[in-house]
Amino acid sequence: MKSSERAPRKVIPIAAASPEPSAEGEIVSLYEAQKKIYPRSISGFFARWRWAMVFLTQLVFYGLPWLEWGQRQMVLFDLGARRFYIFGLVLYPQDFIYLTGLLIISALSLFLFTAVAGRLWCGFACPQTVYTEIFMWIEHKIEGDRSARLRLDNSPWTFEKVRKKLLKQFIWVAVALWTGFTFVGYFVPIRDLGGELLALQGGWQIFWVLFYGFATYGNAGFMREQVCKYMCPYARFQSAMFDKDTLIVSYDPERGEPRGPRVKTVDYKAKGLGDCIDCTLCVQVCPVGIDIRKGLQYECIGCGLCVDACNTVMDKMNYPKGLIRYSTQNGVLNRWSQSQILRHVMRPRVLIYTAVLVALCLGMLASLTTRTPLKVDIVRDRAALSRIVAGGKLENVYRLQIMNATETAQRYRISANGLDGLEVASEQEFDIGAAESRWVAVRLQIPYGAAAPGSHAIHFDISALDNDGKVSEKSIFLVPR
Amino acid sequence: MSDFTSNFWSVFVTALTLIGIIACGILLWMAGRKKVMATADNTTGHVWDEDLVEMNNPLPRWWVWLFVITIIFGLGYLAAYPGLGTFTGKLNWTQKGEYDAEMAKAKAEIEPIYARFASMKPEDVAVDPQAHAIGERLFMNNCAQCHGSDARGSKGFPNLADGDWLHGGTPEKIRETLEKGRIGNMPPMAAAVGSPDDVRNLSHYVLSLSGSPHDSLRASLGKSKFVACAACHGMDGKGNQALGAPNLTDDIWLHGWGEAAITAMINNGKVNQMPAQADKLTDAQIGVLASYVWGLSNKPNAAR
Repeated sequence: MKSSERAPRKVIPIAAASPEPSAEGEIVSLYEAQKKIYPRSISGFFARWRWAMVFLTQLVFYGLPWLEWGQRQMVLFDLGARRFYIFGLVLYPQDFIYLTGLLIISALSLFLFTAVAGRLWCGFACPQTVYTEIFMWIEHKIEGDRSARLRLDNSPWTFEKVRKKLLKQFIWVAVALWTGFTFVGYFVPIRDLGGELLALQGGWQIFWVLFYGFATYGNAGFMREQVCKYMCPYARFQSAMFDKDTLIVSYDPERGEPRGPRVKTVDYKAKGLGDCIDCTLCVQVCPVGIDIRKGLQYECIGCGLCVDACNTVMDKMNYPKGLIRYSTQNGVLNRWSQSQILRHVMRPRVLIYTAVLVALCLGMLASLTTRTPLKVDIVRDRAALSRIVAGGKLENVYRLQIMNATETAQRYRISANGLDGLEVASEQEFDIGAAESRWVAVRLQIPYGAAAPGSHAIHFDISALDNDGKVSEKSIFLVPR
Repeated sequence: MSDFTSNFWSVFVTALTLIGIIACGILLWMAGRKKVMATADNTTGHVWDEDLVEMNNPLPRWWVWLFVITIIFGLGYLAAYPGLGTFTGKLNWTQKGEYDAEMAKAKAEIEPIYARFASMKPEDVAVDPQAHAIGERLFMNNCAQCHGSDARGSKGFPNLADGDWLHGGTPEKIRETLEKGRIGNMPPMAAAVGSPDDVRNLSHYVLSLSGSPHDSLRASLGKSKFVACAACHGMDGKGNQALGAPNLTDDIWLHGWGEAAITAMINNGKVNQMPAQADKLTDAQIGVLASYVWGLSNKPNAAR
């Protein structure tokens, strides 16, 4: 059993290319039944990189929620309390601008990487690809490689088939649930989550674990390349970001064509054949089931597995590598060398993307590092515009929302400036708990007649007593006629 | 649907919705059966602008099932929830029912919290941190509109933090004020006082009661006219909490200070109202609020 499973890997099947549709055309339905893809596993440069990226991304994803920072989870998005903890940062909903910045940076990175090297994201980092790869690996371990899986699926239901299918489903579901659990663990303290789930507490948490788990299971187990082909918008607008100097997985038709099977001992060039032996290995390893020899297609996720497959074959045939290679359209057309291709990377759109990206990253970094862990919102009192109080004073009332963005209790002092004789008549110091916000009423007074009737710009200065957090906020002081 | 005199719109909406869904189903069925000719190079054979051809890119079949699921879901939804004209749906769901259910749920959650305060003395509730936080929020939502967010009021709206009370400052009295509201009525007294000059003299006397700046000659002339005021404000001008008559000797001026403001008050009188809150807030909420307001001017020893 084992030897027969392994055997196909070592033999390069020399088979006829898929039959061409008849020249007269054929009657087809508007809808296409999904053809299940059985990718053959392959090893090589790009396959190793894909696995490195799987480990990198998944170590971060599965590992991060378990790390602690002081007394709390290192990364926790507490939606209930509306506090977002990222390493040492405590972000409030008012810090939403940072999320906007992050999204813009992500989008620009996508543009930049796409312009330079095509769909790197799709092939190596996108969760859809990564989880599909993990699920396929499980499938491969249990059901065997492409030919064994094809045979298994076409065979009648035997005990062995049921056992394999059940085992696969069981492990898939386990991985999917663990993924859902980890995902929810970013929003609910993950160390308490397990116990709560076992005690069937928290309906929404259970729902999201199951929902996200189901999405993982369905997308990585069944939808796979269908998600990339029919759901993902990126595949559809990538052409707007590609140009002729973008690195893509390319087949060299000039070198490869005319393709055809041959005997190794016969001089194929004399027979008028190209380097492509038409073994279709590049098609068999493709996770989206396309034939890269047809040129750039929107389905191609740029994973480079066909490059690995073809290079293996070229090695065996003693042909030079790179019949399918990571190159640019111009590079293939003009037979450029590696350095010539790289020289064309520096083109205006790449430079502009890079410049904007670097500027944004620096701006974001500067903003985050110089951020004051204190925020204040000022709302003038809704009832009294202005009032005269004992002692010949004119008084305005304000409500200050003081937000402590540190993880220790803080004492803040409030002062007001901008008008002659302006002073705080109410309490001047407030205690705010760790990562808490509090509304406080503050009364400001000036001596009657010290300012002309009308509206006067003033500002509040709020400073923390224990650290150098200091915030200045504008408001107005009204003097009646 | 009482807004409509006939059930025409109900029938219209129902028919339109159902016909729309059925039409979607027919379209789906027809598209599923339709076959097209794809040529050898996998194009549809259509050519525009000399060389622009249309590729044959069929939709995946499972996509059709999404449409089918949508239709089934739509029909199920319309059967369960109100959506077809006047048909109320099998679940009998209403917005009002949803609201009532949510309110009942919130009430069930809140009640144990308030129950703890109900068994406590009002003075103790005032220093309870949780009650203070609840009281503050209740005050901000229901009282601050008039009395200000610092409870110090403004012209016409009493200061609740100064220890001066028109109708009594015990927790029980504050509670009564909250529940039933208050109407302060100062009648126009010009006729009882006499000539405009008499009214002016009286104003200066009233100012003199609190030691405010005044003309002492006019004050001494006006003193005899105060008899008209004494019925409510008392001979000594210290007011009467049973009537809600303000103390005139404490230099606290709800409706303005100075000769002009007092003259206007004697001439025109004033009716000032604190609206009743009993139908707006629950008994338990009023209790917490009364303790909060009491605590504003009565700082017990315990730290808050």
